[in-house]
Amino acid sequence: MIDKRVASLKEAVSAVGEGAVVMIGGFGSAGIPFGLIDALAESGVGGLTIISNNAGAGEEGISALLRGGQVARVVCSYPRTPGSIWFERRYEAGEVELEIVPQGTLAERIRAAGSGIGGFFTRTGYGTKLAEDKETRIIDGHGYVFEKPLHADIALIRAEAADRWGNLRYHATARNFNPVMATAARHTIVEARVVLDEPMAPEEVVTPGIFVDAVTSYEVRP
Amino acid sequence: MSTLSLNRLSDDDLARRLAQDIPDGAYVNLGIGMPNKVARFVPEGREVMYQTENGLLGVGPSPADGEADPELIDASKKLVTTIPGSSFFDHTMSFSMMRGGHLDIAVLGAYQVAENGDLANWATLDESHPPAVGGAMDLVVGVPKIYVIMRHVNRDGSPKLLTRCTYPLTGPGVVSRVYTDLAVLDVTDEGFRLVDLAPGNTLEGVQAVTGARILS
Repeated sequence: MIDKRVASLKEAVSAVGEGAVVMIGGFGSAGIPFGLIDALAESGVGGLTIISNNAGAGEEGISALLRGGQVARVVCSYPRTPGSIWFERRYEAGEVELEIVPQGTLAERIRAAGSGIGGFFTRTGYGTKLAEDKETRIIDGHGYVFEKPLHADIALIRAEAADRWGNLRYHATARNFNPVMATAARHTIVEARVVLDEPMAPEEVVTPGIFVDAVTSYEVRP
Repeated sequence: MSTLSLNRLSDDDLARRLAQDIPDGAYVNLGIGMPNKVARFVPEGREVMYQTENGLLGVGPSPADGEADPELIDASKKLVTTIPGSSFFDHTMSFSMMRGGHLDIAVLGAYQVAENGDLANWATLDESHPPAVGGAMDLVVGVPKIYVIMRHVNRDGSPKLLTRCTYPLTGPGVVSRVYTDLAVLDVTDEGFRLVDLAPGNTLEGVQAVTGARILS
């Protein structure tokens, strides 16, 4: 029998070890797995690499991990948003390393990892300082930059609904990075607003359960 | 009136000027800030689909009181709505729309634009703050028409239109057209070429505050 449901957020994040590379879904405040992040903050696990579009705002979400000194490295496209005080504080103190990746390249590097692709050439970033030290190639007259896949140990995902097989669907713009991140980690953990008793209708499934390892419920919306 | 006196458009009038050039049926990405104003001024009768890279094609206006959905936001994290014909999607599909050349126009702000079409809009030379790039580099390589909307000069009067950018590039040779509070300029193989002047200005006056030659 397949049943990916776990009893609590705490149990769900117990798979995250010291020094883990952790993908966290979400964009702005939509689609962020706040419940799982809070549980990770409480666990105190440190030395984490966080891969996410943003680097937290206010005191919640990724900010809580930064505040707690649990983050060694951030890979993201847009760390500086209104209220990203904890990221800026840790960055300016030299306590957090930053890798800036253009947003589409971030999504595609994650897709490559999840799809078993060894990298790809993109025009994004060609001729800019983000392409310095990277392999480039001229293809049909245009300059391209070689980008490598981005793997993770853990993905923390926010979904609207999940079933016991790990099938997921999302709500509105809370989808964003969640489906692609679910494919790219060795262990994918989901908080769903609703965990269904019945199987999800196959036509509604956005992330098939094969990509998911653990599902727990967290009803709160941002 | 001296030929060197300048008459600047307000931000709303500048957005209104650019909006005239968004055709019926266009798929458009609007950047954060002044670019976002453009949607309000597109002439009635034109159906335009706005894309926001966080996963919505067909961005509608702000929600009415009590109807906000906290998980329905645009790239500036502002609450929005859907419209008839809207669709939701994930980030890989969103950037396929951009980099695959499926959008028609992107409207972006800029720190600097050079006469060869180079765009600088993501970082300055001040390295005391962490950099942030977002989706700008993906947009500029994939969208056929890149329209820049910005003030013609900086607050201190120094030019933003230059022979070459001094700030880090977002992309080389990517800008199609620049809309400023003083003029509209095309980027051509020969450099900036005047399309039109904001009312009450002369080419001599605008040239005097521009860091590159303007062809007429």
